Amino acid sequence: MSEGVDRDKRRFLTLLTTGVGAIGVGFAATPFVLSMTPSARARAAGAPVEVDISKLEFGQMLTVEWRGKPVWIVRRNKDMLATLPALDMQLADPESKVADQQPAYAANPTRSRKPELLVLVGICTHLGCAPSQKFQVGPASGMGDDWTGGFFCPCHGSKFDLAGRVFKGVPAPTNLPVPPHMFLSDTRILIGEDKKGAA
Amino acid sequence: MEKLLAWIDDRFPLTKVWEEHLSKYYAPKNFNFWYYFGSLALLVLVMQIVTGIFLTMHYKPDTALAFASVEYIMRDVSWGWLIRYLHSTGASFFFIVVYLHMFRAMMYGSHRKPRELLWIIGVIIFVALMAESFMGYLLPWGNMSYWGAQVIISLFEAIPVIGPGLSEWIRGDFVVADATLNRFFAFHVIAIPLVLVILVFVHIVALHKVGSNNPDGIEIKKKKDANGIPLDGIPFHPYYTVKDIVAVAVFLMVFAAVVFFAPELGGWFLEPDNFVPANILQTPPEIVPLWYFTPYYSILRANTVNFLYVDAKVWGVIFMALSIMVFFFLPWLDRSPAKSIRYRGWIYKTALAFFVVAFVILGYLGTKSPQAINLMLFPNVYWAQIFTIVYFAFFALMPWYTKIDKTKPVPERVTK
Repeated sequence: MSEGVDRDKRRFLTLLTTGVGAIGVGFAATPFVLSMTPSARARAAGAPVEVDISKLEFGQMLTVEWRGKPVWIVRRNKDMLATLPALDMQLADPESKVADQQPAYAANPTRSRKPELLVLVGICTHLGCAPSQKFQVGPASGMGDDWTGGFFCPCHGSKFDLAGRVFKGVPAPTNLPVPPHMFLSDTRILIGEDKKGAA
Repeated sequence: MEKLLAWIDDRFPLTKVWEEHLSKYYAPKNFNFWYYFGSLALLVLVMQIVTGIFLTMHYKPDTALAFASVEYIMRDVSWGWLIRYLHSTGASFFFIVVYLHMFRAMMYGSHRKPRELLWIIGVIIFVALMAESFMGYLLPWGNMSYWGAQVIISLFEAIPVIGPGLSEWIRGDFVVADATLNRFFAFHVIAIPLVLVILVFVHIVALHKVGSNNPDGIEIKKKKDANGIPLDGIPFHPYYTVKDIVAVAVFLMVFAAVVFFAPELGGWFLEPDNFVPANILQTPPEIVPLWYFTPYYSILRANTVNFLYVDAKVWGVIFMALSIMVFFFLPWLDRSPAKSIRYRGWIYKTALAFFVVAFVILGYLGTKSPQAINLMLFPNVYWAQIFTIVYFAFFALMPWYTKIDKTKPVPERVTK
């Protein structure tokens, strides 16, 4: 029986066995790989947050936590709003054209539902640091003489204006994101949900 | 005793292994100071594993408990402070020793044929070590731990298409959270150490196959006596085991001095911002990785220009990855007929000196704000750009400058 070895058949069977084995390894690995994705609990933890803004003064900022991220609520005064139009030339995306960075109702010159109330996710679009507020103007801010107020990311030097719009020539590629939000009343704001439903 | 040994040898190749790797492994007789760092790296690895095992007995990988459990180790566990400082200081010393070990290879051409694979295994060990230390750094759950992990994991988001999903998969959540801490613990204490130990074993097997290089960069196996023993070789044991023990003693003196008198080393080994618990609403004023990552961090931050339709952010990530990956190609970039710096011309010596200066300055700049002026004339970010170019020029131009560099004749036998 041993005289004729069919090498082609042997090679075919070896390849076939290896192939079937590899598919088996792939199937066996799937549950392990998927076990590392965000769990059902992590997914469910993204509930909207209700915030009382009645005590927020003009020119002040409030930070709340939503989905483990800092969310800023800034009540901008008239001077702050007046700085926005003049900056367009220095910004990377002054007209909020990158659609993912805000809901459609915030794609306007002030990037907000009500002109004075700015809501932003306070995470730098570069590498995820939390930028700090630099609301002072001019040399007092430490940001240069022509600084008109905004945010500065200490990690890699990205700069944003008072509408969270990113300046040109800094590492952050896009404007700070505006989360979905809606006003429940004049003093209550719901972050993480708008009339279209929860984000 | 002899009977016992014979009994074992019939069942396990004990004497054979001992002879092959120690008593009859012939190493060049001209090893110098730079040849200590391989065995020292092994020592630090063992030390990290042992201290690590004892730390896991008290540490809790839970965002609510982690920071406090580290402080508990420092204050309440008997000798816990010593074990923790040995481990944290060991991490920095691991990189010191490994960097010197790699520099030795670059000086004496230890990566050149026939040791390319040995070198590649070494670079893989280096990458695994970086992963090990990065994940270990999250465990104390200090504010710098948290934000450092946040920034580095965000790097993966720069990868087109799969990036956001990939970083979510790494974190197991939408931000660095409990799931991240728990899995980093698993990787840090078992997965990567296991890989490291296996790789180190393979590294040594590969080394003993090709034989050690030496400061003259010549092959001692080419000149053998009648018994087939290299004329310029001496048995590793007892000659180099004894020599290495002296190095270990000196190393441990320096190491103990740091552990006992300056375990934080002025913020270089343990950063001040990491003595504050992680706060997701407050980035430290300056996110600074530990010193051994700062050269690459500088390269990451040095890219501020969008070009070829790709964002500066993505270029930063690409160049940072490239700055490490480029080491894999070193054996083929170097075209000099001489391996050792002793017989090379001024061009390679100058290039290597420039590379070391660039590496050190990039490391320094990585600990400073990009906008500040710490060197002279202009902000750090521009200096980082200059030295990033120097760093890459060292590798990119190597095939040319090593070829035109005038070498001295390489001797047949090792010199003093």
